[in-house]
Amino acid sequence: MMPKLKIENLTLIFGREQQEALQMLQQGKSKAEILEHTGATIGVKNASFEIEKGEFFVIMGLSGSGKSSLLRCLNRLIEPSAGKVLLNNVDITALPDADLQKVRRKEIAMVFQKFGLLPHRSVLENVAFGLELQGTPAAERLEKARNVIELVGLKGYENMMPAELSGGMQQRVGLARALANEPEVLLMDEAFSALDPLIRTQMQDELLDLQEKMHKTIVFITHDLDEAIRLGDRIAIMKDGEVIQIGTPEEILTTPANEYVSSFVEKVDRKAIITASSLMDTKPTTAVFRKDGPEGSLRKMRATGLKILPAVTVDKHFLGFVYLHEVLEVKQRGDKTIEAVIHRDVPVAHPDTTVEQMLPFIAETDKPVAVVNPANNKLLGLISQTSLIIETMGSQANPQA
Amino acid sequence: MIRIGKYIEQFINWLTHNFNPFFKMVKVGVETMVDGVVGLFTFLPFYVVIALVAILAWRRAGWGIGVVTALGLSLIYAMGYWVPTMETLSLILVSAFIALIIGIPLGIWAARSKTAGRVMRPLLDFMQTMPAFVYLIPAVLFFGLGKVPGVFATIIFAMPPAVRLTTLGISQVPEDIVEATRSFGATPRQLLFKVELPLALPTILAGVNQTIMMSLSMVVVSAMIAAGGLGEIVLKGITQLKIGLGFEGGIAVVILAIILDRITQSFGKKKLKKNAK
Repeated sequence: MMPKLKIENLTLIFGREQQEALQMLQQGKSKAEILEHTGATIGVKNASFEIEKGEFFVIMGLSGSGKSSLLRCLNRLIEPSAGKVLLNNVDITALPDADLQKVRRKEIAMVFQKFGLLPHRSVLENVAFGLELQGTPAAERLEKARNVIELVGLKGYENMMPAELSGGMQQRVGLARALANEPEVLLMDEAFSALDPLIRTQMQDELLDLQEKMHKTIVFITHDLDEAIRLGDRIAIMKDGEVIQIGTPEEILTTPANEYVSSFVEKVDRKAIITASSLMDTKPTTAVFRKDGPEGSLRKMRATGLKILPAVTVDKHFLGFVYLHEVLEVKQRGDKTIEAVIHRDVPVAHPDTTVEQMLPFIAETDKPVAVVNPANNKLLGLISQTSLIIETMGSQANPQA
Repeated sequence: MIRIGKYIEQFINWLTHNFNPFFKMVKVGVETMVDGVVGLFTFLPFYVVIALVAILAWRRAGWGIGVVTALGLSLIYAMGYWVPTMETLSLILVSAFIALIIGIPLGIWAARSKTAGRVMRPLLDFMQTMPAFVYLIPAVLFFGLGKVPGVFATIIFAMPPAVRLTTLGISQVPEDIVEATRSFGATPRQLLFKVELPLALPTILAGVNQTIMMSLSMVVVSAMIAAGGLGEIVLKGITQLKIGLGFEGGIAVVILAIILDRITQSFGKKKLKKNAK
């Protein structure tokens, strides 16, 4: 499938000696060398990535990392120095002004950190502003604006002026203004960073709800990794103008690309993000029911040193757990099967169950957690109590250290 | 010794010589405008004019100013300076109107283009700091004596604040609002008319007020080249050392100034209040 947005070797240089700086960059010179030699600053360095239709893509970085500049290159509020931005396979960087205006009107809309609302217009007029620029007749654009206002929960505020609203409400107006254009792509520049923490979380939830209905392609900028993880389907992490890692929130958390990324990851509350699938041992030793009798089960326990084994059928359906002392008992009784001692009534996890949701399992001393496929109850892996405890209690510690 | 004056003289002579038809055309045009406005003000009975201006002042600036306006204009009429006051008012309105028609677009241009702004700045400084009388000389050379050179000199003297405050107003529009507007695909024209000018309006109106006030002071001075109006009375007072006459003319000017200032200021203030809300 063709990506919605494709960014190819996008480079942004601030300063006069653009060409020279660009050449030096291609020769692999460092940012500092280029600055010293040409006086030019590298805003974005050779960024390349693709964003799929309907994807929620977050670009995360600290201030000065080039994330906001990169975002502005996507609709050419800032002209990139080199590289391409392909929207539906059309190179935006090559468009003449009139076509660029068309793209900004119909296809890419933007939401700003400082809202950027028109102070001399009411909420309704602000929301209808994009449509007004397109030349939509007044009745139609006000009608559309009213619909979007309802969608973002601003009903009743239509005739207020922006200055009369709280920050959260103002940003709803900003969001509504962008949505009123019915764009395919939504660019959000630190859209929630100016808001109080509580309001921010609420807005994040509402945005996720909206996204579930709308399936827009969203490029969201933030300096907050928690926010990135909450919102993003995928996250790109930027530092000094470079994209240093792209991945799903879980990939970023479990396999940070370098020290820099892991220094962020440390501070994140991992419990809500890490899922069973990344903690589990995918090749656990199992007692296979009917094939392994008490004898076979004990042999496996001796080999692994485990006192508890999951019992599965031949085609890997999870049955329950067997315990060392009970298997010994049935062996002494002379039973040929372990059927009688399989503890069937145990809680199981699914691959996307988070550590947070598995917290109740911790109390179950020493018992591992089985991870099964919710569709067919097949055993996918096993999480030892040890790794579960480390993950919940030790999430403050650096997993890489 | 460098004789800059000589070169300027030559330049002015060259302009007079080569652009004579143009100056004649301008002269006829401006004369028609001024005479038309004077004709209107003097055709209407004085009490109608007083009533109209007083109502305008009352609506815009409150009943206090309305009363002051009515009393002030009545006093002028009672002193017997009604016609020269109407002449002066007409000169101010025409000069300020032309100054704004030229000045506001120049201000927009200076805000848009850094180069234009850089070129205009010293010119505006020059126009504003040059003693106002000096403009009267080329004005006379271009247009002869009378109202038109008065208007010409007034335009030059009164235009800078209109240009400056327009530039200031537009460049004060917050960058994030301009950026947001651009991001929604606004053309430069839409940006100007839908966002920049509305947001700059209070500042631009402050410029309009300044231009009108400066027009008033210059119109009085231009009585020296026979522009007529209240300035002529003040001038007579000076040249013939008639203290009473000079003060009478002066009082009429002050009354006119207060009325014009309060009314034009009110436009800017109303706008500000609405924005602040």
